[in-house]
Amino acid sequence: MAAISVPPQAEPNVLSRLMTRPTAAVGVAVLVVIVLAAILAPAIAPYAPTKLSIASRLHPPSLDHLFGTDDLGRDVFTRMLYAARTSLSVGFAVVIFSSIIGIVLGLTSGFFKKLDAPVSRLIDAMMAFPDILLAIALVAALGATAINVVIALGIVYAPRLARVVRASTLVIRELPYVEAARALGVPTPVILVRHVLRNVTSPLLVQGTFIFANAILAEAGLSFLGVGISPDIPTWGTMIATGRQYMDQAGWIMMFPGAAIVLTVLSLQLVGDGLRDLLDPRLAKDI
Amino acid sequence: MTGEIASDVILSVRDLRTWFQTRRLTAKAVDGVTFDLRRGATLAVVGESGSGKSVTSLSIMGLLSRPGRIAGGKILFRDRQEYIHDLAGFTQKEFRKIRGREIAMIFQEPMTSLNPLFTVGDQIGEMIALHEPVDRHAARKRALALLKQVEIPDAVSRLDDYPHQMSGGMRQRVMIAMALACNPLLLIADEPTTALDVTIQAQILDLLRRLQAELGMSILFITHNLGVVAEIAHDVVVMYGGRVVEQAPVNDLFSHQRHPYTRGLLACTPNAARDIDDDGERRALYSIPGSVPPITDLPLGCAFEPRCDLAIAPCRAAPPALVPAGPHGASRCIRSAEL
Repeated sequence: MAAISVPPQAEPNVLSRLMTRPTAAVGVAVLVVIVLAAILAPAIAPYAPTKLSIASRLHPPSLDHLFGTDDLGRDVFTRMLYAARTSLSVGFAVVIFSSIIGIVLGLTSGFFKKLDAPVSRLIDAMMAFPDILLAIALVAALGATAINVVIALGIVYAPRLARVVRASTLVIRELPYVEAARALGVPTPVILVRHVLRNVTSPLLVQGTFIFANAILAEAGLSFLGVGISPDIPTWGTMIATGRQYMDQAGWIMMFPGAAIVLTVLSLQLVGDGLRDLLDPRLAKDI
Repeated sequence: MTGEIASDVILSVRDLRTWFQTRRLTAKAVDGVTFDLRRGATLAVVGESGSGKSVTSLSIMGLLSRPGRIAGGKILFRDRQEYIHDLAGFTQKEFRKIRGREIAMIFQEPMTSLNPLFTVGDQIGEMIALHEPVDRHAARKRALALLKQVEIPDAVSRLDDYPHQMSGGMRQRVMIAMALACNPLLLIADEPTTALDVTIQAQILDLLRRLQAELGMSILFITHNLGVVAEIAHDVVVMYGGRVVEQAPVNDLFSHQRHPYTRGLLACTPNAARDIDDDGERRALYSIPGSVPPITDLPLGCAFEPRCDLAIAPCRAAPPALVPAGPHGASRCIRSAEL
């Protein structure tokens, strides 16, 4: 029997399989650069983000100021690095916060038949509001701070995750191994976490990357509209908002943060697409 | 004490009625089922699809899903402390204390009854850890012992296999190991061999028989396969249209059927010797004419009457009662004496 032993399990992990897809690999590479830039901002940045210099205000890009300077003479490159920290952490926090709400709502509505109708209608009601409008209303009610922006966007995006979790839960609830687990005396909370939630992780991961991208965009939008994070904290959105007034004389002030948003959101979408194709082969659309 | 049952009986189902009730109609999936399961014995419940055999087992486990509910009757179960419970009135919370520890269940689909995300060792360990306080290491050791007990070859390396790396027979063995994790008094096996091929079926039945001898557990065996019944059962209950139509010890049942439905069922079993006629030609396999009536629309009289070749006028008038027939059995047929 030794001769026909089982071959070693050389199952490559998700990340390495993701890297075999060119578009997703580009997305991952860009994201890594952006995240590293954000983390290492204090080390890379040539100036302090708040260092004013009226003498050098509105300088175009040069060797001294790679991306130029803004209306107060602050280095745009430096501020962009620091802005990346805020924008990315807000985006990430939104993913976490909306996942928590979405998982709780989705699991309860999907698993407990009695709760399905009320919770689903709540989800529908939340989804009926236009995203940005609801976020503006919530931030207006809570106050414009970074944490409140996270809370508002978390509430806005939670229903989508709840939908995804509910749909998968409905399927998994009826699978024989859930019934088998119940027949052998596994308590419901354990079934929910171990048998249901674990099987929902892949669609959740895919949705999470899309929500990450949307949240970064929405945070920029809110900040641009002045109902987001206060303008003295650099985020890509607030930078565009201040740059707007100097658009005709100093386009670079809003151009570079704008490019950063496009690049980040695009890479996140590419990674999300790649993950979706990878984790759910039935949806793969490589023709 | 919620009722008196004979001292060697571990499970006594009495006049169980499980109905699926919606606003418009009521499906009496189980309608007045009565049987006793003796300690350490195997009782086979036989019937076609829709006869109510699976619903009976789900009622015992408290796993009915809406709109199913127990509309009447008793399910008396004797636990380890010889205390008798009526499972028919149990809440889900009470059931959770019984499931796994006292009564365990294995299912028809070994391919999907295991969670694909965890190794089998992990899943058996989960069962052990749920019911007794053990650390990871002890749970793993016990899982290994269980895998050996259910005769999984090379158990040490199989412990870290995922379900997809195993065959159907092996997965059913793993399911049995999980069910045995807490040494249940009663094992309900709902068509555990249906999805397996014949040689594996025989192995699983052997295994169940051996485990029963070693552990002294009682088995309620749900099946539609009379060959399997002959292999494993001590007593047999035949169900049709949500009712018990015949019950008897296994040998009595196979030597003399006292209900036309049981007789028909046996005639449907392929038999190489019998199915060749005098000219050496293969005869067409017998089949009972017609099909099972929908349980929402059972005939007024005997449920089997429309398909029965012995039917007479009184059969249509009122449902026959289950009357003693044969030395130890009972039949729900007014002409059982003629059979």
